[in-house]
Amino acid sequence: MRKKWKLWLVGFIGFILALLWLAPFYLMIVNAFKMKRDIFADTLGLPKTWTFENFTQAFEQLDFLRTLFNSLLISGVSVVIIIIFSAMAAYALSRNKSKVSSLLFFVFVAAMLIPFQSVMIPLVAQFGQLGMLNKAGLIFMYLGFGSSLSIFLYHGTLKGIPTSLDEAAKIDGANRFQVFWYIIFPLLKPMSITVGILNVIWIWNDYLLPSLVIGGAGSETIPLKLFFFFGQYTKQWHLALAGLTLSIIPVIIAYFFAQRQIIKGIADGAVK
Amino acid sequence: MRNRDAAYWLFLTPVLAALILVVIVPLIYGFYYSFTNWNGLGTPDFIGLKNYIDLFTDRGFLDTFWFTIKFSVAAIVVINIIGLSLALIVTSKIKSSNLLRTVFFMPNLIGGLILGFIWQFIFIKVFGAIGDLTGIEAFNGWLSTTETGFWGLIILTSWQMAGYIMIIYIAYLQAVPEELIEAAKIDGANSFQRFRHITFPLVAPAFTVSLFLTLSHSFKIYDQNLSLTNGAPYNSTEMVAMNIVKSAFTENDMAYAQAKAVIFFVIVAAVSLTQVYINKKREVEL
Repeated sequence: MRKKWKLWLVGFIGFILALLWLAPFYLMIVNAFKMKRDIFADTLGLPKTWTFENFTQAFEQLDFLRTLFNSLLISGVSVVIIIIFSAMAAYALSRNKSKVSSLLFFVFVAAMLIPFQSVMIPLVAQFGQLGMLNKAGLIFMYLGFGSSLSIFLYHGTLKGIPTSLDEAAKIDGANRFQVFWYIIFPLLKPMSITVGILNVIWIWNDYLLPSLVIGGAGSETIPLKLFFFFGQYTKQWHLALAGLTLSIIPVIIAYFFAQRQIIKGIADGAVK
Repeated sequence: MRNRDAAYWLFLTPVLAALILVVIVPLIYGFYYSFTNWNGLGTPDFIGLKNYIDLFTDRGFLDTFWFTIKFSVAAIVVINIIGLSLALIVTSKIKSSNLLRTVFFMPNLIGGLILGFIWQFIFIKVFGAIGDLTGIEAFNGWLSTTETGFWGLIILTSWQMAGYIMIIYIAYLQAVPEELIEAAKIDGANSFQRFRHITFPLVAPAFTVSLFLTLSHSFKIYDQNLSLTNGAPYNSTEMVAMNIVKSAFTENDMAYAQAKAVIFFVIVAAVSLTQVYINKKREVEL
């Protein structure tokens, strides 16, 4: 009997904490539906009149469809490139056990220690001189910054895939690239999902790098556009909140459908 | 791939090219620029250690640095206590554990920039409204003082990161064998004793992982700082990462900013290497 009571108490505390955790989202959404004066008159209550006006205005001001497309494009292409090229590199490094491979692997791992701020100034200057401060340049930079952790994770998995598989395929006449693409890469799928999730969360939310690389109107990602938008409407909470709500909807939808994989991916990436 | 042939290098070229051009070359140039008077354009003149000497007498930078250290220490403690508590709640045998895990982890998926803006609203408008309603003075004027800016940043990062740290603790907690707990129960150990003598030692590695993760995350924080306080009031809540960005791209003091960036790199690398060292040592002991 005592045990049941204890479990009930833990459940109750968990429930209260969950409400507390969701409160900021709740307050943001509820206030996004209010008229401007209602936010000032009654911040905590429900809207007196529900209005959709804030959302239509924020949608327009954020140029939401185009901004969303930019985010999808940059995250999507970057992540696909990171997955394929990192898996290839990790494959080469794990199957060739030489001093050169160990050295390169060490360099990739060591690069994880370098914080972005310590390379950002020369990086932006040099890519500026090359005329590469654009989307293509940004995607290339994401490959540079994202490949280290990805190679590290793939390398760990590849050690567990027996080389006899490679040998068998080679005897059947497959070349190196075919062995990788048809035999190894499919076996890496669970790790590819983890690598994809980790990189997508990072790139989707990244603000500083794109703010330095793609300034041009019309090519902003969601965080970039939102930063300008928020600066513009800083005392107009009804619009700012509607914009914030809009911009997290894609993430919430993705989380709703893939939460199991996301949480597993995060755990794998963090613990290794 | 016994021999290093064309295929070997072909497989490595894309990531190697990216790593060299995006990380290694800028890192080397960065070291070099930090000893010059480079302003972003043209040929820099070598000025030796001047930037570094200036740094150590730069009141603004030293304050920023001190604020970042205080923030990191407080964040590590708060995030780990909350993260471990959430993990213990979620791994107890309550029915709603999956739902709770989903909720607690949610803020972590959303970018620090957006979360900072949301909390700006909470601290300024909602706290203000609660203050008016209850008459409690402590709810008023959040983010307008250094003190409330500091705790605002702590609350924001804890809310965001506790779910992440929770996931790490869960991974270790679930690896604790059920039989051990049962055996201890039969021997008459109460729940505190079971936690203290069985769960805690087995989960100890999670502390190292989590402490260092929170340390390096909080030390490098930028987005949350930018969107929640933007350094206000009077740059007193500005952290190192933001200070570097500002002096490089707002004040255009590139070489000086780069000297700060080198110091930043040395500290972050030292912290990470300490973690690697501790992990290796423990592996040997096991």
